[in-house]
Amino acid sequence: MLEVSGLSVDYVLDRADVRAVDNVSFTVGRGEFLGIVGESGCGKSTLLFAIAQLLAPPARIAAGSVTFKGSNLVGLTDGQLSAVRWRDMSVVMQSAMNALNPVKSIGAQYRDVMRAHGKTSRDEIAARSAEVLRMVGIDRAHLRSFPHQLSGGMRQRAMIAMALLFTPDLVIMDEPTSALDVVAQRSLMVQIKELQRLLGFAVVFVTHDMSLVSHFSDRLMVMYAGQVAELGATRRVFDDPLHPYTRGLLEAFPSIRGPRVPLKGIPGSPPDLSVIPTGCRFHPRCPVVYEPCPEVAPELVDSEGTLVRCLRYTEEGASRDERAAASSRPPDQAFQDWRGAVQADPARRRRREL
Amino acid sequence: MSFSIGEREIVALAGESGSGKSTIARLLARVYQPTSGEVYFAQSEEDPGTPLSAMRSRRARLRYSSEVPMVFQDPFASINPVFRVSHGVLRSLKLHRPELSAKERQAEAARVFEVVGLGAAMLERYPHELSGGQRQRVGFAQALAGRARLILADEPVSMLDVSIRIGLLNLMASLRDTMGVSILYITHDIASARYVADRLIVMYAGQIAESGPIEEVLADPRHPYTQLLVSAVPDPRAALSVGGETDTGEPPKVIDPTPGCRFRFRCPIAIDPCATVTPELTGTGAREVACHVAQSGAEVKAFTS
Repeated sequence: MLEVSGLSVDYVLDRADVRAVDNVSFTVGRGEFLGIVGESGCGKSTLLFAIAQLLAPPARIAAGSVTFKGSNLVGLTDGQLSAVRWRDMSVVMQSAMNALNPVKSIGAQYRDVMRAHGKTSRDEIAARSAEVLRMVGIDRAHLRSFPHQLSGGMRQRAMIAMALLFTPDLVIMDEPTSALDVVAQRSLMVQIKELQRLLGFAVVFVTHDMSLVSHFSDRLMVMYAGQVAELGATRRVFDDPLHPYTRGLLEAFPSIRGPRVPLKGIPGSPPDLSVIPTGCRFHPRCPVVYEPCPEVAPELVDSEGTLVRCLRYTEEGASRDERAAASSRPPDQAFQDWRGAVQADPARRRRREL
Repeated sequence: MSFSIGEREIVALAGESGSGKSTIARLLARVYQPTSGEVYFAQSEEDPGTPLSAMRSRRARLRYSSEVPMVFQDPFASINPVFRVSHGVLRSLKLHRPELSAKERQAEAARVFEVVGLGAAMLERYPHELSGGQRQRVGFAQALAGRARLILADEPVSMLDVSIRIGLLNLMASLRDTMGVSILYITHDIASARYVADRLIVMYAGQIAESGPIEEVLADPRHPYTQLLVSAVPDPRAALSVGGETDTGEPPKVIDPTPGCRFRFRCPIAIDPCATVTPELTGTGAREVACHVAQSGAEVKAFTS
C-alpha cells in the first residue's frame, strides 16, 4: 500500500548539503505495523516527514519516490495532497501539547479538520467527533474541553482520535508516547493496537525506544546515520539481531527481570551527518569492526529474510552460520565469538522456550 | 512523606508525572519551602543535624547547596550556551570554594571532568559542540566541583539516546562506589532504576505507596500501583502478557484530597476501608507499603506482569 523507494532527503545548507535520509526503501502492507527505531539524528523523523510530504525548506527530497495507493506523492502540489491527507493518510505528532491548538476546544479542532477536508454537515461532524473520541476511551463531554484541561495521556489519545476522523488507511506516528510515563505509554500502545485491529489501518511508528514496539510491530526497521541498518520481522530482529548496532541497542536496555548484569551501551555517539564516517557508518563504534569496514560502504543485503547493512553478511551464497565458521573470511575470532554470544544469549533462549 | 537517604546510597524515586517526584527534589534543593515537616541533612549519631528551615546564614545555605547539588533533566537547557562548559564549573568553584586560587580552580575543573569521563580538553568546548550525553556529564562535573555528598538527579537520562544512557547510569554507580556520593535518582524508568539504585521509593499522588530494597520490591511488589508500574515496563526479552487488567485510569488530582487511599479509583482490589481511611506507610524491616489489603496480610494480586 505504501512503497518508499530510494528515498533521500537533503538539508540544503550554506556550506554543503547534509543528507539526513539516504536511499531508504521499504514497503508497508495493508494493516501492517512497521516500527522504525534509531537514535536522535538518525533521520527517522525526517523520513516520516518525507513520507507525509511535510518537509519544509531547508529540507528537500533529493531522490526517490513515495508511492501511496498507487500514486507517487513526491512532487504533488498541496492542493493535490489535500485529497490524500487525513482522508487516506494521517499523522500523529510527537508532542500533543504543541500539536493541539491551546486556544480552541478539542471539538472545534476536529470540526476544522473535517471542514477542511470536505465534510460540512454539522450533525455529521458532531456525530463523528463523538464517535472517534469514544473509540479512544474519552467521554464526549471533552469535545468542549481545551487541551490544557486534559491529562498528557488524554491529549495524546485525542490526537490519535483526530487522526482517525476519516478512517485513513495509513497512520504515521512520530513518537506519540515519548512524553508519557510507562503506565500511560503501555495503555496507549494497547489501545493503538486494538484500534488497528478494529479499523484495519496500517501504522508507521517511529520511536527511539526499541523495547516499546517489541510487542506491537510486525516488522522493525533500525536506522543508523540516515540509512537502514536492519529491517526484518520484529520477533526475528529481537531474537537474533544481525547488525552489531541492533545488538548494541538491545543490550543498552537494563532489564527488569533476570540477573542484574553490567551493561556497556554503545561507545561513542551517533555521527554528525555533515561528517559521515567513511566506509560503514557504524565502524567507529562497532565492537566487531575489521579491516574493510573503514573503506567499503556495505550494501543492504538479504540474510534469510532480514535485510542487514554490514560487511560481515555480504558474502553471497553461504548461510550465516557457515560463514561465521568459513575460513575464507579473515580469521576473525571476535566476530565468531560475537555471533556465538548472540545466539547463546540466555534471555533469548528463555524466550524460545516460552 | 517521610524517608531517608543513606550515605553511599542511590535511592530511586519513581512515580507517574504529577506524582510529586520533582517537587521532592526541589524541596531538598531548597527551591521550595515545605508547608509542614522538616528536612535534615548530614545527621550522625552524635549530631542530629540542623533542619533546613533553621539554616539562616548565607554560609550555611551556600554550603548546603554545594553539598546537595541538582542535575537537571534537559542537558540542552541547563547549560548556558554562550559560555564554554568550563564556565559553570569554574563559577561554582569560585562561589563554593573561595580558598582556591585561579590555577587551583582550573586544576580542580580538569579533575572533575576526568572523573566524569570527559577529559580536560572538553573544558574549552562550547555546549553546542557536545552531545547530549556529554552535556549531562558536564552537569555531573558541576555537581562534583562543589564536593557533592548528595546529588539530586531529576530524570538525568530520560532525554538521552538509549545507547548513551547506560554510560551515564554507570557513571552514577561509579560516583557512589568510588567517591561515596549519594544520589536521589528521580525517574519513571523502573528498569534503569533497578540497574543503578539500591533502594526504591514509589510515589503515587504525592504520597509514598511503597519503599524498600529495589530488588525485593521489584521481585515482589506489594502495592497495587507498584504492580501496575512493574507490569507496564516493556520487556522485549519476555513474551507479551496481554490480558489481565489493562489500566485506563488517570492520575488523580491532588487538590483538596479527601481521606481514603488515593489509588482506589484505579485499584481492582479496593476494599471498603480504602474509601474512608488513608492507608499509613507501615512495614517490616526495610520494606514499607501503604495499602490496606497488603497490611491485612492478604496477598495483593492487582496487576500481574
